[in-house]
Amino acid sequence: MIDWLTEPFALEFMQRALAASLIVGVVCSVLGCFVVLRSMAFLGDALAHAILPGVAIAYLLGTNLVAGALVAALIVAFGIGFFSRGGVVREDTAIGILFAAALSLGVLLISTVRTYATDLTHILFGNVLGVTGADLWLTGALAAIVLIVLLGLYKEFVLAAFDPVLAHTLGRRPELMRALMLVLLALTIVVSLQTVGVGLVAAMLVTPAATASLLTRRLPAMMAVAALVGAVSSVTGLYVSYYLDVASGAAIVLAATVLFVAAFVFAPGRGLVWRGRLRRASA
Amino acid sequence: MSGADRRAGDGRTPASDEVLLVDGLRVGYNGAPALDGVSLVVPHGAQVAVVGPNGAGKSTLFKAIVGLLRPAAGRVLIPGRPPGDQADPVAYVPQREEVDWRFPVTVRDVVTMGRYGRLGPLKRPQPADREAVLRALGQLGIADLAGRPIGELSGGQQQRVFLARALAQEPHVLLLDEPFTGVDARAKEAVLELLAGLRAQRITVLVSTHDMETAAQRFELVALLNGRLVAFGPPADVFTPTHITAAFGGQALFLDDLVVIDQCCPGHVGDGTGHRHEHAHQPELWHEHGDGPERP
Repeated sequence: MIDWLTEPFALEFMQRALAASLIVGVVCSVLGCFVVLRSMAFLGDALAHAILPGVAIAYLLGTNLVAGALVAALIVAFGIGFFSRGGVVREDTAIGILFAAALSLGVLLISTVRTYATDLTHILFGNVLGVTGADLWLTGALAAIVLIVLLGLYKEFVLAAFDPVLAHTLGRRPELMRALMLVLLALTIVVSLQTVGVGLVAAMLVTPAATASLLTRRLPAMMAVAALVGAVSSVTGLYVSYYLDVASGAAIVLAATVLFVAAFVFAPGRGLVWRGRLRRASA
Repeated sequence: MSGADRRAGDGRTPASDEVLLVDGLRVGYNGAPALDGVSLVVPHGAQVAVVGPNGAGKSTLFKAIVGLLRPAAGRVLIPGRPPGDQADPVAYVPQREEVDWRFPVTVRDVVTMGRYGRLGPLKRPQPADREAVLRALGQLGIADLAGRPIGELSGGQQQRVFLARALAQEPHVLLLDEPFTGVDARAKEAVLELLAGLRAQRITVLVSTHDMETAAQRFELVALLNGRLVAFGPPADVFTPTHITAAFGGQALFLDDLVVIDQCCPGHVGDGTGHRHEHAHQPELWHEHGDGPERP
């Protein structure tokens, strides 16, 4: 049994994959709590797809993929704010338009390359087994920045998320906190690029946080449980990927989904089982 | 330490004892003004009921006073300074439906947010802040609920959480938007008792309400709105048939010394300003001279 557990990680690329998956699992899940509470799931998904042209351009120019992704994510984040400002276009409409346009531009650019199919698959669904030492350092550094900013300004983020009206009357600028949250979201998506890919990062932002929201009643606890769920999903997904020889990003996301379904059914006080028992007791 | 103590000697309170000045205010959403030409001076420590039909601009007035809406014309000065530029905060308790009750925060978390105006972005709440929070929870009688998630509270308890948060701000001016809507008689009486306590601390209070009996009997000043300021002064001067007809139009029915106001279906009355609020059918009855309740 021990051998079975340690065997995959005798390989160096698997060690790096484990480290990268754990980092992504934790940072996505913690930031994801705010995504879930602010109903920003669609925005997160859109941002993730929107970085595709940035990655493609960086790839074609031979520059750093992460830098390209970050620039593209920031452009789209502010583009959404620009189009939906003043309520002329609804925000979800603006997101839908920019998201599809950016995705198309990305596919169009990548289709000019000969190894089109493989490259696109890696960007869309991740290639955690191909993480290099340099990638890992960059992933760790960006994840650390996200977590430090999020925890350092924790009370300001909570205030702006829970009650922007109070934030405003206290002389704060809640719209600035929202913009900063978008930047953190863009960084997190970039961090996740190699692990789960742009297609599945939204799941890592939403699923562990949603699971945690069923099991906790305070935000700090929700963030801690989400981080744990994200980490467990990442490790489980990697094992599944190794032994069944399936795509790692998809395995990680499905592991997180299994945990969510379990919480949905069995969560004390709120799960299906509990509510069913209450109904029978009151009947 | 009361709010009045803190203010004494800071040199910013105008000599005339006015604390809140609204001057020629015009404000609205996306063009059409919801309020126009509103001017009033509220003396320091006064308690004002803001009344008027649905869509009269009561919430709009409050949002302009706290600086959430920028005036299209005119100005708001508290005391002598525009909104958002006060050392002592202006506390605003929004209508209950404007709050996300599913957010995973406890009663203590919410009340502590009232202290954030005194803390820098990176600073954690200090012992003095925790004491102020405990004091506010005690004042509202909800100290035993401190650890409960806000989503598990009753309507009256939820309201008291937000009142406690406003008190934790140690405000100069307190604005309560519809605090009597959707709460039972006991909760309403608790709010009124709290307001009586604030009177001793000379905190200026504005309360918007549909409850004109309470406005007439429990407030020294009434502002009657209907897209503009119809009347402002002591209840006896404001609640005259002329003013009530001007504010409520066909919704008001005069029967000897009794006035009936039908607050259902306001679309056909008034001057056609936007009616954004819920239209519960709640005929309201009260004696014009305030000599006792006469509810159906």
